[in-house]
Amino acid sequence: MTSQKLAALIRVKSLEMVYRARASHIGSALSIADILAVLYGEVMNFPAMDPEADTRDRFILSKGHACVANYAALGAIGTLNEEELKTYGEDFSPLMNHISHKVSGVEFSTGSLGHGLPFGVGKALSAQLSKQSWRTFVLVGDGEMQEGSNWEALMFAAHHNLNNLCLIIDYNNLQSLTTVEDTLSLMSLDDKVRAFGWEVRVVDGHDHRQLHKALLERSEGPLCVICKTVKGKGVSFMENQVSWHYSPPNTEQLESAIEEILNAK
Amino acid sequence: MRNEFINSLCIAAKTNEKIVLVVGDLGYSVVEPFAEEFPDRFINSGIAEQNMMGLAAGLASEGYHVFVYSIANFPTFRCAEQIRNDVDYHKLDVTIVTVGGGVAYGNLGYSHHAVQDLALMRTMPNMRIFTPTDAEEVAGCMAYLVKNPQPSYLRLGKAGEAVKNKSGFYPIPGKLNELKVGNVNKAIIFIGRLNELAFNLGSEPAFKNFSICSLPCWSMQDKQVFANELKRYNEVLVIEDHFKDAGLCSWVQEVKSEYLLDFKASYYGLGFDSIRQVASEATLMQKGGLCVKNITTNYLRGIDSFA
Repeated sequence: MTSQKLAALIRVKSLEMVYRARASHIGSALSIADILAVLYGEVMNFPAMDPEADTRDRFILSKGHACVANYAALGAIGTLNEEELKTYGEDFSPLMNHISHKVSGVEFSTGSLGHGLPFGVGKALSAQLSKQSWRTFVLVGDGEMQEGSNWEALMFAAHHNLNNLCLIIDYNNLQSLTTVEDTLSLMSLDDKVRAFGWEVRVVDGHDHRQLHKALLERSEGPLCVICKTVKGKGVSFMENQVSWHYSPPNTEQLESAIEEILNAK
Repeated sequence: MRNEFINSLCIAAKTNEKIVLVVGDLGYSVVEPFAEEFPDRFINSGIAEQNMMGLAAGLASEGYHVFVYSIANFPTFRCAEQIRNDVDYHKLDVTIVTVGGGVAYGNLGYSHHAVQDLALMRTMPNMRIFTPTDAEEVAGCMAYLVKNPQPSYLRLGKAGEAVKNKSGFYPIPGKLNELKVGNVNKAIIFIGRLNELAFNLGSEPAFKNFSICSLPCWSMQDKQVFANELKRYNEVLVIEDHFKDAGLCSWVQEVKSEYLLDFKASYYGLGFDSIRQVASEATLMQKGGLCVKNITTNYLRGIDSFA
């Protein structure tokens, strides 16, 4: 499956899940669909049918509210089956509305922001200690970079030269109430992270070729890939709208959204 | 206690390559033996407790048993959510080790006083709490922890605690460690470094022939075991170097209430006067009411609280 096709599948499955569960955060999920497609489809060593393999690359979704995209990706590659995906948001389903480690293929539960990177630092450190070659990828939101714990972790990772750690920032410039710029500006985020001792690559977070290159090529120290993205990407009426941080689509909107995704070039 | 901790950890780390020590830029003149013997497994994470606890969880998720060492409030309150979400919820093998339980860091002030730490840690459903009273209990708790790694909180005093145990102690969660056997079905129950206070109380006529028991290991999971322990007694006196609210005293009251136990009980924790001024540990303990005179006087008057 091409990464483009995988991304479309992630988008469609995500929409179906939030529609069925009447859940929030579809905009956040659509924002990272391309990143996940490139990671799971091309970059990560992640055996879909053996998701606990010792040598697997570790992926941590720190913006846990975008979990449907991760569940959808695991569904698209075969780690989860369709029946499991359908339980999303149901009572007692392991597929809760924030990413859950009780789901096959998921490393870590999040929901409160600013937890994924320190945890990923610990994983990367363990690989360094035990001389394992697998990598750790942590995906955070841009608004999430307002959490101080991330900056503690950035310092630590650079100090310990964790070149097996890759931080991916989903920079769609929208957070809970309005834009990041109007909430608490990150200003020159790339310069800041660079000043903390990381290698920084800024890419179009929907361009698979750019993503592939930036995520695959190894760095000397810890690597940060800032992905310029559009919240709600792929569904024109959801793009750049704060309201899709909260509302699920109705039936008509779902059909229209899926049609647009499947017909996209 | 802290020297015994590092001694036990060094011994365990010789044969267990999965033991890692993470410190939050504290431990001068304590942690060096480990740092020197196991430099790869000694990590000073700097003054950044949220990252410290998060990375400890990450290391533990890959099979390491991580001991996180700092002064009482820093690896607890400062990173409470990392403990709750990352360590406890994921049931990871992280042992949080704190020095300075109670007001052991007297003159350093309120920022360094651990008088609410048990309140925080005992609300974590998977967390076992270890409150040893002397070096022998520290050694036993460490042996238990190394054999049974789990989310855990090891609360130490500082140094110079009187030794009341014989060697070879090994804890059983929820069980009392009877250090002096009484003969009146009454007991003084205490945690941590309060053993001298407990024994001094035991010399008072009011508490003559009381058993004297430490409680080295307890948690939310161990209430049933502890309830069975309490059935031996028709009166208990509970003392702790922590606020009475939400610490050991509250825990005993909860057990008594939940298991419908019928015995006389008196509870003595640190009163709020212990934090209204700064002084040495001994003075603050007196101000907070944790001294023989205050406890005996109030006990005889039927008064529990010093707040």
